[in-house]
Amino acid sequence: MRNLAPTTNRSSFPIPRDRLVQVSVWSAAAIVAGTFAWVLADLLVQGASRIDWSFLVTAPLKAGRAGGIAPILVATVLILMVAVVTAVPIALATAALLSEFVRAGSRTERSIGLSLDVLAGLPSIVFGLFGNAFFCVWLGMGFSILSGGLTLACMTLPILIRSAETGLRMVPDEWRYGAAALGLSRATLLWQVLIPAAAPALTAGLMLGIGRAMAETAALIFTSGYVDRMPSSLLDSGRAISVHIYDLTMNVAGGDQNAYASALVLIALLISINSAALWLAGKTLKRRITTS
Amino acid sequence: MSPSTRDRQLLRLLTVSAGLATGLLALIVLFLVRESWPVISRVGVVRFFLDQSWHPTEQSYGLTPMFVGSLATTGGAIVIAAPLGVASAVFCRFYAPEPMARIYRWAIILLAGLPSVVLGLWGLTAVVPLITQLHPPGTSLLAGSIVLALMILPTVALTTEGALASLPPSYWNGAAALGLSREAAILFVVLPAARGSIAAGVALAAGRALGETMAVLMVSGNVVRLPSSVFDPVRTLTANIALEMAYATGDHRASLFASGLLTAALVAVLAAMATRLGGGRTHA
Repeated sequence: MRNLAPTTNRSSFPIPRDRLVQVSVWSAAAIVAGTFAWVLADLLVQGASRIDWSFLVTAPLKAGRAGGIAPILVATVLILMVAVVTAVPIALATAALLSEFVRAGSRTERSIGLSLDVLAGLPSIVFGLFGNAFFCVWLGMGFSILSGGLTLACMTLPILIRSAETGLRMVPDEWRYGAAALGLSRATLLWQVLIPAAAPALTAGLMLGIGRAMAETAALIFTSGYVDRMPSSLLDSGRAISVHIYDLTMNVAGGDQNAYASALVLIALLISINSAALWLAGKTLKRRITTS
Repeated sequence: MSPSTRDRQLLRLLTVSAGLATGLLALIVLFLVRESWPVISRVGVVRFFLDQSWHPTEQSYGLTPMFVGSLATTGGAIVIAAPLGVASAVFCRFYAPEPMARIYRWAIILLAGLPSVVLGLWGLTAVVPLITQLHPPGTSLLAGSIVLALMILPTVALTTEGALASLPPSYWNGAAALGLSREAAILFVVLPAARGSIAAGVALAAGRALGETMAVLMVSGNVVRLPSSVFDPVRTLTANIALEMAYATGDHRASLFASGLLTAALVAVLAAMATRLGGGRTHA
């Protein structure tokens, strides 16, 4: 469609309405691009001055005004690990059921799909409330890395299932016929053929889920808590990096510099995770084109 | 073990997992209702809107200021983000030269990936001081709307661009054959044809804005009062939960869960609207 677009006005005297549209579109684009550059520049300028190796490996001092973010990084990684270890098996199994065993468009498929879509749309603070009531209070885990990780597992489950389902569906049907012709069981087909074939797509989906979980704050404030000491077990409270940014900005006067530095670390992590996901997803796509 | 036994075991395992994943939604709703039931059953839903003030420890449960705060920040964000988002998509598709369009699209996607807490931090240190100069206190409905707009703009821009890309080329050819200028074709052919999907994108974005907690919490001032201008501080339903959950007990805690249910219901309505708008209108 783009190639067919007339690139200039055919009349050499553009009417005022056309001129107005041109000016508004260009200025809207300029406003958006300018604001984005402003955000990026603030993050880089204010954040980069504080980041060095010692920022990453020392503990925060004076409520985070000075010192680094080592215990926060450890807590973040632990929370994400709990979330991944819980969510991935459930997500993979549900995706396998949806793509291999349930007929597309059947009532089962639609009801599972609807419930996943609603789940994916729930605001993160609602997950926080649920996590607090269910994991912290009802199951007695208290404010802990375990509660936070399990809450994030619930939150990322729909993304993980949907991406894994897409990945499994992309494996060409010939491979399934081949397995059937060899008399392989569905279990063997799944383990030995489908999952290895879809591995890059599955990993890419996992990366997206981790990225979403790492950016999360509202679901963690009252599940994994605020404590910024080095966690010694999964039942300790641990402060995730996004919660750290929030706390430094809102509750600590003079914490802005370290908040920006932590934000920059968070964004660097997110960008590397997303690039890895894109690269892996591209790899699957390429493989699909060459094999089919 | 015979293949068929293994397969039956596998299917059982997968069904249990899918049951867990599907049951999670029911479990979440169940727990929200269970936790808010003490207040809902005793004072009813109506008093959340009719009570004069929000003093949940003194039997006064008026959520109206927060309800209005949520709707006002979301409405403001839509007013800013919808035109800019649609214009961004039009810019990318019809105006920008290819390399510029690619960079612009990349920036929009990066913006979509910025965590809300980072946008909140930026809003508080960059936008709020500017508004303070204009009209103190700075942390206000306006600041909340601007930061939310920045957050949802990519949603509007990307869904609109998707909608524009999926229009059949014959629309454009017909417009060209009629001798319409590029601007007239955009205004009177392309955008009207894509209006269903654009509306769906806006509804989706509104849902995200309404459910957002951190970004608004950090820049809106969080005073429980009906705003009388865009420079007044507001507190949203979500911010209210995040601020008070840490120390709430008893009926106070229960009423926070009730406002969580209310937020989830509002967001679900917007999501359903988005689905209807997106699926209902096709370009025949």
